[in-house]
Amino acid sequence: MPEEITLSVFRGDRSGGQEQEYKIPATTGMVVLDALHYIQAHDAPDLAVRWNCKAAHCGSCSAEINGSGKLLCKTRVDDYVGEVIHVRPMHTFPVIKDLVTDVSWNYEKLRQIPAFQPAAKAPFTLQQRDVDRIQEFRDCIECFLCQNVCHVLREHNAKDAYWGPRMMIRIAELEMHPFDTGDRIDLLKGAAGVGYCNITKCCTVVCPQGINITDNGIIPLKERVADKYFDPLGGLVRKMHK
Amino acid sequence: MAQPAETVQGSKPKSGSAWWVEPYLTVLALGLFGVYSLWLVFFQHTGQFHNYLSPFFSPTESWGIKVLPALWVLWVPLLFRATCYYYRKEIYRGFFHDPMACGIPESRRKFYFGETRFPFIWTNLHRWFWYLALIVLIFLWIDAIKAFIFPNGFGVGLGSIIMLVNVLLLTAYSFTCHAFRHLIGGGSQKFSCADGSPTTRYKLWNKVSYWNERHGLFAWVSMFSVWFTDVYIRLLIYGVIHPVRFF
Amino acid sequence: MSDNMESHAYDILVIGSGGAGLRAAIAAAEAGATVAVLGKSLLGKAHTVMAEGGVAASLGNLDPADGWETHFYDTMRSGHFINNYKTVEVFAKEAPERVLELEYWGAVFDRTPEGKIMQRPFGAHTFRRLCHVGDRTGKELIRTLEQKIFTVNVDVFQEITATKLFTDNGRVAGAIAYYREDGHFALFSAKAVVIATGGWGKSYKVTSNSWESTGDGAALAFEAGAELIDMEMVQFHPTGMVWPPGVRGVLVTEGVRGEGGLLRNSEGERFMEKYDPQRMELSSRDVVSRSIYKEVQAGRGTPHGGAWLDITHRGPAYIKRKLPGMYEQFMALADVDITKTKFEVGPTIHYTMGGLKVDPLSCATNVPGLFAAGECAAGLHGANRLGGNSLSDILVFGKRAGDGAVEFVKGHEGTPKIDDSEVQAEIDRVLRPFSSENGENPYALHEQLQEIMATHAGISRTGPDLEQGLQKLLELKERARNMAVPGSRVFNPGWHTVQDVHNMITLCEAIIRGAIERKESRGAQWRLDHPDELEEYGKINFVHKLEDGEVKTYTSPVPEMPAELKELFNLGAAPGIAKSGKKE
Repeated sequence: MPEEITLSVFRGDRSGGQEQEYKIPATTGMVVLDALHYIQAHDAPDLAVRWNCKAAHCGSCSAEINGSGKLLCKTRVDDYVGEVIHVRPMHTFPVIKDLVTDVSWNYEKLRQIPAFQPAAKAPFTLQQRDVDRIQEFRDCIECFLCQNVCHVLREHNAKDAYWGPRMMIRIAELEMHPFDTGDRIDLLKGAAGVGYCNITKCCTVVCPQGINITDNGIIPLKERVADKYFDPLGGLVRKMHK
Repeated sequence: MAQPAETVQGSKPKSGSAWWVEPYLTVLALGLFGVYSLWLVFFQHTGQFHNYLSPFFSPTESWGIKVLPALWVLWVPLLFRATCYYYRKEIYRGFFHDPMACGIPESRRKFYFGETRFPFIWTNLHRWFWYLALIVLIFLWIDAIKAFIFPNGFGVGLGSIIMLVNVLLLTAYSFTCHAFRHLIGGGSQKFSCADGSPTTRYKLWNKVSYWNERHGLFAWVSMFSVWFTDVYIRLLIYGVIHPVRFF
Repeated sequence: MSDNMESHAYDILVIGSGGAGLRAAIAAAEAGATVAVLGKSLLGKAHTVMAEGGVAASLGNLDPADGWETHFYDTMRSGHFINNYKTVEVFAKEAPERVLELEYWGAVFDRTPEGKIMQRPFGAHTFRRLCHVGDRTGKELIRTLEQKIFTVNVDVFQEITATKLFTDNGRVAGAIAYYREDGHFALFSAKAVVIATGGWGKSYKVTSNSWESTGDGAALAFEAGAELIDMEMVQFHPTGMVWPPGVRGVLVTEGVRGEGGLLRNSEGERFMEKYDPQRMELSSRDVVSRSIYKEVQAGRGTPHGGAWLDITHRGPAYIKRKLPGMYEQFMALADVDITKTKFEVGPTIHYTMGGLKVDPLSCATNVPGLFAAGECAAGLHGANRLGGNSLSDILVFGKRAGDGAVEFVKGHEGTPKIDDSEVQAEIDRVLRPFSSENGENPYALHEQLQEIMATHAGISRTGPDLEQGLQKLLELKERARNMAVPGSRVFNPGWHTVQDVHNMITLCEAIIRGAIERKESRGAQWRLDHPDELEEYGKINFVHKLEDGEVKTYTSPVPEMPAELKELFNLGAAPGIAKSGKKE
């Protein structure tokens, strides 16, 4: 690995900004966040970057490295040998400063999802197979990289029509919980806008937790909407079944 | 929430990455298949060569309904595929650039309604086309069996094998469908019986889920097998090649 | 104080948005109080998210013989009996209820074949006791609390740093804080305040802690007159990553050993046989940490100065299912496939057992209206914390602190007043680094602080070393009075670090002073010049107070257990085993 690496980091705030180059010494196993910390300590103490755990558990340090949404703490600088490493804030959310963006919209939406409505008091009797698919979704670290890459939010800025992949798997985990009695299908078809997703799967590709957002989350939700709104016959059969 | 002006350009895609290859290949493959299908519809009247029948022309019985022979059933698999969750991804990416690839800026920024309005709201009817496609699949199985029955009794020709492989791939494609995965068990909220054992629906869902991961593969392979089957039979019809009989 | 300053008034102000803070806020809100939660980070990102192995509660799902008595017994023993027995008793009794409550709120734990919550074995727990979700239990816990807090009436302020607590005639009156986003100040007046800001592991270089663990709340409370206790007790987790350098200290969950991982030295020897032949790898954390340290000192360390941990015998499928995070972490950060090869681990600073001295039942500090819960409070863990106890700690005492604060507000009329001049003085103090000439670089001071603590108050300590460390720390404290940062108040990490460094220095002084006074080895405190555990020190805790700006250290007696609890330690074995006559 080369002894010196070059980072080009977006510096700026709400009023604008541009990338600035920094040359720093590389060390073995260095991740991009380490490199940014080096810049903070030596060149730019006020370089803003959001981070917490530096172990890919918390999902704070989302940014775009050479065009792809990544966790800064999990992206090794030696993945970019011979290249300048361009680090930019997430595109879909307004910049606060440098690499820090305003992700408050996501929390607004999380708050609007009707919570778990248990059918009984705990402890629940649940088999591992009943919870496997929910646990996949609950592995989410809320880094919002899926929200960032989703073209409905990113390119069409349709935040008032579609809540994005993170909210979809949150709804999915509730809808698939054996003890949940809530019904979020109308919400999905309406305000949450699952119909805006055109299953082009970038959320799944970018997810640092490897959650199969589209196949296991959003498509089953679309099918649930189809159950209720596009399949009266099936609905009748299901009713008689119950 | 307004977009900050300075990041509207977004990040540049990684230099040297060939993100545009996949959407263009999709357009090429689906485009050629579409042109070929139209050629069949308008310029071909039969797919029958002795006991071999092209999948485009099955079933031959039309119960008095008068349409172009290839159009009689073609719309079913066509709509089944057009509303397929896998093809939708490829079509939106390849034909509509919505988006072409992940994080790639799109040219159109307004008037996106996804699958909430005409025409794409029809994708919600995927399961209906799946039901219809199953009927077609039954006929294709009958055709495949017939392909082993020659005037002098049971036999195996190259065409019989091609037709069998084709119908197997189509079956695999149909039964790895996302809608089927939902209907067979994915839609249920609980996967265990009262005694803790797995429900039948769980077992089926679990199997389908495993194969569903390969749905995209079956989508492509089965499309090419249909294509190839027709080409083979058509070449026989035109006498360009001669049938091969193994025994 | 300027007239246009943002100000808020609540019944209860919770500082800290980790597990304890959220649980306290939920309790207070459910009791009908108006509640605000302040967090330095975004919601759900707090250090709680890093907890991996599980939450300890004696549900007895796998080992029916388990019960609160055995959990009490394990915790007291592991804490070397300087814990507050009353705290431990309440904790052991209430932990199961708090865990089940999480399930009712939507947490999805791993399951047993009978469909109950799965529990795994962990270091120094007699029974299989840690309810878990793979190796990401902390995330499940904080996500559940985050989702719960959306359903109750709590105002959550994200990315806001509290810098000072105000008092009115001794009673806590509120706090001032600034938004990290743009640096503007907000004043929060409250009838009661709950501190739930976690530990201060970031005072050490090699640590598993996230950046937030800078002890803000404990330092603020200390400066407002609250007492600190057991500060010398800083836990080393035996297994942190040691290579590559960038990830040195990152946690390797005890779950690896819980699931059967074996520790070996460079000669291939399972060295725990020498140090704790009974419990082996699952001995308590202080013992395992010291054992690895001793092996390395004796020249039997791995290439980068650690021990080998090996889980390959469990097979790839099992490892990926039970320890997916660890598999991924080593693959991504160290290019090591833990399903195929052994890997290097070494001790890393993990937890601060000491903290604010609180009432075992209400979590009240000695400052009226001020409460504390979680890692920033002390009394539960004594000289060494058991794995899994911190997650049940934040649930049990988070709730109790919330309830305690509500009770306090009900019992005390009126709203205390905040003095305007004090507010203005605090704003001036916090803004000083922007105008300071020739000020110190906060990043550099932080690094030097970490250096001092690692060298002088690390895993092994001696009197002269500690004294020397104290001198260096006091010099650093002087220099830290004048720190400077460039740039604006808009999301300026250099400026944020100024506050962190100030708080950590305050607490580190108490750590070193406590370590000097405790002339014995007990739990996490390992004095090379006093290698034995001494009975007389088992009867006292060291308490620190701030008097006229000086840290003063006193002793206070360890509360004595009543006879029926003492009896639990005379059964010849852990209560659950003694009563059922069998283990597991």
